[in-house]
Amino acid sequence: MSSETIDVRYVAQLARIELTDDEVERFGAQLGNLLDHVGRLAELDTASVPATAQVIESRNVLRDDVVRPSLDRETVLAQAPKRQGAFFRVPRIIAEAE
Amino acid sequence: MDALHERSAAQVARAVNAREVSAREVTDAVLAHVDGIDAHVGAYLTTLHDLARAQADRIDERIRQGETLPLAGVPVAVKDNMCLEGTRTTCASKILEHWVSPYTATAVQRILDAGGIPIGKANLDEFAMGSSCENSALGVTRNPYDLTRVPGGSTGGPAAAVGAYEAAIGLGSDTGGSIREPGAFCNLVGFKPTYGRISRYGLIAFASSLDQIGPLTRTVQDAALAYDVMAGKDPMDATSVSPPPEEPAAGALRADLRGLRVGIVKEFATQALGDDIDAVYRQAYRDLEALGAEIVEVSLPTADYGLATYYLIAPAECSSNLSRFDGVRYGLRVDADDVTQMYERTRAAGFGPEVKRRILIGTYALSSGYYDAYYVRAQKARTLIANDFKRAFAACDLIACPAASQPAFTFNAKSDPYSMYMMDYYTIPMSLAGLPALSVPCGWVTPPGGATPMPMGLQLCAPIFAESLLLGAAHAYEQATKHAEKRKPVFPEGARA
Repeated sequence: MSSETIDVRYVAQLARIELTDDEVERFGAQLGNLLDHVGRLAELDTASVPATAQVIESRNVLRDDVVRPSLDRETVLAQAPKRQGAFFRVPRIIAEAE
Repeated sequence: MDALHERSAAQVARAVNAREVSAREVTDAVLAHVDGIDAHVGAYLTTLHDLARAQADRIDERIRQGETLPLAGVPVAVKDNMCLEGTRTTCASKILEHWVSPYTATAVQRILDAGGIPIGKANLDEFAMGSSCENSALGVTRNPYDLTRVPGGSTGGPAAAVGAYEAAIGLGSDTGGSIREPGAFCNLVGFKPTYGRISRYGLIAFASSLDQIGPLTRTVQDAALAYDVMAGKDPMDATSVSPPPEEPAAGALRADLRGLRVGIVKEFATQALGDDIDAVYRQAYRDLEALGAEIVEVSLPTADYGLATYYLIAPAECSSNLSRFDGVRYGLRVDADDVTQMYERTRAAGFGPEVKRRILIGTYALSSGYYDAYYVRAQKARTLIANDFKRAFAACDLIACPAASQPAFTFNAKSDPYSMYMMDYYTIPMSLAGLPALSVPCGWVTPPGGATPMPMGLQLCAPIFAESLLLGAAHAYEQATKHAEKRKPVFPEGARA
């Protein structure tokens, strides 16, 4: 688990963050160092230990399925970086046919 | 009686309810003080003069109508990752720099309904990721006890505000120590309740299995007042709990610790922290004993793995939570020819280096092929840590240990990310176990090269849902020792309002 070399560019692509060459180098070293530290967890015998996702015992929380007021559409859309009518406007997603 | 802006929340509320002073007078005094000194302290990213005065007038009207309000006229600093309708909520990030909250967080609303006055939105490490407030992309916050030092983090702004009398209550969030460590650094009580005790609706999420809202105050009594107002189930947060009924914490404050067993953690021996710091904690444990507590040794054998566990779980959850910042619906957008490039450039320009680091490590730990080796293993380690505490609490009622390994440090002293992460060594295990814990002032230490003594914090921790016991015991210790009152914040000549 330790001394991994992270393919920082690939991870950044998964995370949708554009990195500069300088950042790739710096984050690569820092993340490698952090992985060395967290690699210590391999020392623990966890074979028969259940995972903890949440510490307070709670069950599915359900509410009645009733219509209630939500945030005002204009208030929300007023903060959109770009909008068109009642929609959020984004750059082209699907390329035009060749 | 102290100047209006220096009064505790309890003193302000009592005087306003008794109509000895109006909420408006208190608010004007605090705002004048903020105008005089915040250029030096830098606690606030946004001050809310108009909103504060309007709320104060509303509270005075309610008092005139005969109401009694638990926080009548109490000035409050809100960490800028909590929504307050109509105000900027930036998370100290460029990606949300101009975003205005369309609604109000439940915890903030409960404070306002109880008579609290929102003085401003206070600085933090970007998205609450950091331990010094230096990761803010929008401002520098300084420690009111030595302006060359950090206030701690991530709740650095509210801590500096309350420490500098720019508010009586700071609302913070604590994921791995973000209330307790700045509390210790700024001579305050920093209180993180049990996971789920206070609704997080309107708190911008960092790590959802850990995040918890809590108060920073100058007294334990004030922490109890704020906690009693905020705690309780909220239909808007499915993780908020309705615990077994218990008395309000403000009514459980006690004068001694007779009948309580306080556990000192074998693995947290303080000798390695240096003679001065070691002496402070040894004295603190002796003081607990002098108050009637039975001191017992307890063991948390897995706590040393807390940091490693946390730095997988918290980044993993952050990488998921922060995926919502994509330039589509709100916040910053950097234009590009296609949508993927728009996401990538927006997030590159909008997030600072620490946020990027954590998103990257979290994305890696959750990625195909590494999920079991990192994320699942960390979740199993989390179980072991929680079990350590369960065993310890079979032998004691409370645990006492340091809140931080050193007092507030100077700017740029922790440039290596891991050395900054180490600041949360003593607070992370409690967060992983979901336990209520607080930091209370326990003495003063002059750091190497420092010009003046800086405050240290004693961390007290209780079993799940035992907040009243925790606050009650902390009150007894605070009243018997009164460490916080021994020094006052220092401002440049002529800066005082």
